[in-house]
Amino acid sequence: MTTVTTNKSEPGTTTSSGADLHLQNISKRFVDFTAVDDLTLTVPSGTFFALLGPSGCGKTTTLRMIAGLEQPTSGSISIGGQDVTKLPSFQRQVNTVFQSYALFPHMSVLDNVAFGLKRKRVKDTLQRAKAALAMVELEHMASRKPTQLSGGQQQRVALARALVNRPAVLLLDEPLGALDMKLRRQMQVELKSIQTEVGLTFIHVTHDQEEAMTMADTVAVMNKGKIEQMGAPRDLYELPKTAFVANFLGKSNLMYGTVLEDLGDAVAVDASGHRLVMPKNRAVAHSGAAVVGVRPEKMRVMTLEAEYSPSANMLTGTVLDASFTGVSTEYLVDVPGIGTLATFSQNMGQAPAQRGETVRMTWEPEFSFGLDGNEKATEGKDAL
Amino acid sequence: MKRVIGRWLIPVAGGLAFVYLLVPIAYIFVFSFNDAGRTNLEWRGFTLNNWQNPCGAPNVCESLVNSLQVGVVATVIATVLGTCIALGLVRYKFKFRNTADLLIILPLATPEVVLGASLLAQFLNLGWELGFTTIVISHVIFCMSFVVVTVRARVSSLDPRLEEAASDLYASPLATFWKVTFPLLLPGVVAAALLSFAMSFDDFIITNFNSGNFSTFPKFIYVSATRGIPAQANVIGSAMFLLALAVVITSQVIAYRRRKVLAAR
Amino acid sequence: MTATATRRGDKKKQKLEDPRSTEEISAERRKGRMGLYLILPGMIVLALFFAAPVLVLLSMSLNAKPPGGEIGEFVPALEFGNYVTVISAYWDVFLRSFIFALIATVAALVIGFPMAYLVAVRLRGRQLLQGILLVLLIAPFFSSFILRTQAWKQILSDEGPVVTVLRAIAILPADGHLTATAFAVVCGLTYNFLPFMTLPIYANLDRLDTNLLEASGDLYASPLTTFFKVTLPLSAPGIFAGTLLTFIPAAGDYVNAALLGNNRDTAMIGQVIDSRFFKIVDYPGASALSFILMILILALVLIYIKRFGTKELF
Repeated sequence: MTTVTTNKSEPGTTTSSGADLHLQNISKRFVDFTAVDDLTLTVPSGTFFALLGPSGCGKTTTLRMIAGLEQPTSGSISIGGQDVTKLPSFQRQVNTVFQSYALFPHMSVLDNVAFGLKRKRVKDTLQRAKAALAMVELEHMASRKPTQLSGGQQQRVALARALVNRPAVLLLDEPLGALDMKLRRQMQVELKSIQTEVGLTFIHVTHDQEEAMTMADTVAVMNKGKIEQMGAPRDLYELPKTAFVANFLGKSNLMYGTVLEDLGDAVAVDASGHRLVMPKNRAVAHSGAAVVGVRPEKMRVMTLEAEYSPSANMLTGTVLDASFTGVSTEYLVDVPGIGTLATFSQNMGQAPAQRGETVRMTWEPEFSFGLDGNEKATEGKDAL
Repeated sequence: MKRVIGRWLIPVAGGLAFVYLLVPIAYIFVFSFNDAGRTNLEWRGFTLNNWQNPCGAPNVCESLVNSLQVGVVATVIATVLGTCIALGLVRYKFKFRNTADLLIILPLATPEVVLGASLLAQFLNLGWELGFTTIVISHVIFCMSFVVVTVRARVSSLDPRLEEAASDLYASPLATFWKVTFPLLLPGVVAAALLSFAMSFDDFIITNFNSGNFSTFPKFIYVSATRGIPAQANVIGSAMFLLALAVVITSQVIAYRRRKVLAAR
Repeated sequence: MTATATRRGDKKKQKLEDPRSTEEISAERRKGRMGLYLILPGMIVLALFFAAPVLVLLSMSLNAKPPGGEIGEFVPALEFGNYVTVISAYWDVFLRSFIFALIATVAALVIGFPMAYLVAVRLRGRQLLQGILLVLLIAPFFSSFILRTQAWKQILSDEGPVVTVLRAIAILPADGHLTATAFAVVCGLTYNFLPFMTLPIYANLDRLDTNLLEASGDLYASPLTTFFKVTLPLSAPGIFAGTLLTFIPAAGDYVNAALLGNNRDTAMIGQVIDSRFFKIVDYPGASALSFILMILILALVLIYIKRFGTKELF
């Protein structure tokens, strides 16, 4: 098969490496609520970008506006520098993998994949469609109807159907949501490798933080129609800027306090009589009310007799609950004046602390992060 | 014992009901072979004459052809108009939607005598001559409501994301309709058309009011019932029944085979 | 997603002001107009040949016979006396029609439900058999219901097999009949409208989740309890549609009464309307009767919808 015909790209049609996507002050208001609130966002070409948030945060609405299935109330959308805000969905170089796959039940798998190419009146439609099916390893299913495929296979057909058009931007709306855990992990790896292979701009909407972190180059955490924080998965996890991000992306222990003294590079916070230190470059507020946060796995649990570094932050409390999971033991510890903190200790052969026992928890100050004192510590905790 | 009853109650009751449904048809079929004279009331011996010469009795075939013509024309009009209405009502929001909804449902809640009588009153009022056109119009009215109800169920169960997917894959609104929406609605539209044709073909009351001298098959039988229905009517009744059965069952068997072949691959 | 979004967005409720941009509203308007275009042709047909005729019928029902006029000659008037005349003459026929239709509807439900259940639930997965039985429900239409009613008349006639057998085993007295009785008329009505009862129930039961029946059995319900507490309430919408589609045409029918009845004790209102129109040529009287029938049925239907048109029937 020769691929001479492929890159004759008419202006703005076939872009093999994807294109920058830019949203400028996008809002979507419905009669009784605001789904997306003044959102500005740039996704560089070739990025695997994840929009992460609980249901109702506006991520799907954002996706639908990029696809052209929904009109923004205000703001503009441009792809590869071209304003597409007014363009209907069928004229945009954007394709979507729908949450329910939305495969056409009356067409064969091959006809489904060839659908977009036929509409664009591209040459070698069937050959290209077959090649796309081969990429997702389903060429032997070409003549079947979608209902005769398993969930994972349908998902791959949906992916092939979108990818075959070489869109400037590929949108994925919770594409793995309907799959079981094992298949999900497998598809995550496959999706990521396909994205690396074709080099397109992927925008992936999900409420699964683990999925977003494993797959995406950049994650934007959305809440109530706004982006709370955006960055590389590791940066987001290690240094959340809001309580919502701290709680939604993994678990966090958040403690209210007041800044006591300036230590130069760091500040000391008084949290109900406990002195906790955090670096200035990891804190939002350097004076007044502040919230000190720490990830559970950054804490060490020890007996009252054990030695610990004098520079470390230290809290003492009573074990409320201890559950042994094999790899580690997870604790809920009640600290007077602060509340219940979660932590765990890796199974290194030591005897786990018992319920009712008093334990000491320590962590190095550089693991602390500081949030604004007005943050609500439970924000995003139960959001899904 | 109780469990046995529970297990067999439904199949037996349902089976008997189907027998009940088919008893008169069996009777019609048997008496289509009757060597009847002028009246086909009692058994006079077996003959194939009626089947060999189905148009033997005066006006039988003429009325059949009339019925078929009325049925086809009324069905086509009712199906097209009804499908459009179903699409419009489900897919769009507009001012007079509730009024439109009511206007669609009302013919279904109107007994045939009333529908027939009011149409007759209207035609008399307009001074139209009763005949083919007036029958077709009256059939369109009651068939259309059935088409709307049937197709609307299909439209509402249609996943709107399929149309979004088509639009996302570069299909213009027109292409989306013909490549995705319409093929998916087709089974419902065909079912509605079939039902509509069956009801038009079988209608007597409304036809009787609005046909004037124009004869349809049911009207022919009703009129000849007083003098004696010729055996040829039985032939045509049986043949139409068997034809309908054969057409639908053949298509079912073909679809069934295709599913089996596909499933086996 | 929208539902939860609405809940979450409650605090940001917008009031009065429509937040959509003008382009968006115009886009929606355009869409709305498309819907109007789609329904317009059908609506015009309905307005001209359903709504207008009903109004014509109403005005004709108030016409008066001019003094010394010929048969079939009437002048526009507001003769409400027509209604008084026909009601006092035919109230018993109205009553009989509704009673016959009611009995036929109940009988059709009792017969039709097992049919629908058999096809939709018991034969689920056996598509070929399901398809054949469904066709058997519709195919009788093609053999003409008048021919079938006539066949019933012969089967139930005094010389027919049913009467002979019933007389022999003394269920019927030696001079007993089946035809020309109310029983025959109701049987005919039941028979002819059976598909209108069965098809909607089938359509409903076809979507019935049989896991629910198993769950009910699992929770100690006997099959009978399961039927009355689970199956029947869930199939209520189908039963609702089926009973309406049976009762309405049955109440206005006259073919069964004419062929299977004896025209005096079994007369139904349809027969009266028909003969007023065609034999007696009393257009105002016939129109008044039609109009009363329509109003009565609409009233009954509305009461029925109010009473049972909710999710639960029992």
